[in-house]
This record gives sequence, C-alpha cells and structure tokens, in this order.
Amino acid sequence: MTLQVLYFAWVRERIGLPRDQVETGAATVADLVEELRALAPRYDAAFADTSALRVALDQQLADFDAPLAGVREVAFFPPMTGG
Amino acid sequence: MAVRVQAKPFDTGAELAGFASGHKDVGAEVSFTGIVRDDTGGLRFMQIEHYPGMTEKAIAAIEAEAVTRWGLKDSLVIHRHGQLGPGEKIMMVATAAAHRAEAFAAAEFLMDYLKSRAPFWKKEVTADGEGWVAAKDEDEDALTRW
Repeated sequence: MTLQVLYFAWVRERIGLPRDQVETGAATVADLVEELRALAPRYDAAFADTSALRVALDQQLADFDAPLAGVREVAFFPPMTGG
Repeated sequence: MAVRVQAKPFDTGAELAGFASGHKDVGAEVSFTGIVRDDTGGLRFMQIEHYPGMTEKAIAAIEAEAVTRWGLKDSLVIHRHGQLGPGEKIMMVATAAAHRAEAFAAAEFLMDYLKSRAPFWKKEVTADGEGWVAAKDEDEDALTRW
C-alpha cells in the first residue's frame, strides 16, 4: 500500500522533510516505524523514543500498535501544545 | 458553533459583539483569550505550527462534545498559527448557555482539551536561540477531571 507520512514540529526538523510517500507492507504503526528507522540515521534519531511521540491515522489520534489496513495518511508529532 | 483556524489577527470585541446573537434562551456568555506571554523579557516571537485538516476536525469534535455535555446555545473557537509576537492574541473561546455554571465549565473544558488534543506546536524564538515548548504533565492531567 502507499501511505502519505507526515511529520510535524521537531520530528519534521529532525527528519528534514515535512512528508514522505512510502510504499509499505507494514501491518501496524510500530512496524512502519521500524521501516522508517532503517531509511537513514536521521529517521532513526527521530523515532528513537516513541514514548515522546504521538501518531494520527487519517487525522485521528491512534496508538502505535494500531493496524494500518485501509489507512492513507499517517502523521507523527510530539505531544501537542495548543491553547 | 464555529471553528476558525487562521494566521491573521482577530478582534475579540467584534467577535463577542456578534456572538450568540438571536438566541433568546441565552442567559450567560463566557469568553477566554490566550495571549503570547514573555516570561523572561527575551522572547522575539512564537512560531505556531499546526496540522491543517486535522486541526479543524479535532477542534470541531471537542466543541461538539462541549455543546452536548453543557447544552450550549452557541460556541466559538478561534486559534491562530504562524508567527506571533509578545502580547498578541493566540486564541479565544466563547460559550453561551442558559446559566453561567454551564458556560464557565464548557469554556474550561474547551481550553483543557485544546491544550493537549488540538494539533498545534509552539516554538519560542528568543535572542539566545529557539526551542519547542514541551507539553506539560499538568495539562495532560487536567483532562482527567472531565
């Protein structure tokens, strides 16, 4: 499947890109994270501690063990600081 | 119910003047305005990033829950993004209900959820450099009271 993967705030800065288009067979978010970490050291650094990250699937907050079946857009970002 | 996510400034007075007009069953309106604060005297500006698309959906979902739980007659959320200097207004919420208890509670609920569940990220740019504002544990803890 083809996924649009988006990065925000320091995740975007650490990776150096706002988004990637990824061709993957990853079953879950955690599987996708492992694939991304293998791409380059900057991805490995950005995803070193997933407890410091949040993930949204098709613009809804989700968990790292959530399945990716049917998902088109995945976003990774730090805890939100609105208000 | 209205949600606006925008870069441009807003006029609190003008927003409130037209808010909930025409609702004869409204007995209380509460509003909150968030302002860029400079704690150290060194803040040049705040850079606010957001997730277009998800931001509007997340705020609309939070607002819909507030309307249902407190029977709001009207509500308004405005949140800015981009570069904002000290003293500039970042965001505002307004709630209209039959009675003040509902209007106050709904406004606090909206603020607590916007802090931790609306996809915004703040970066502080100072004379000494820049850094992302870390989420506070107490902001996450605040959600448990609802």
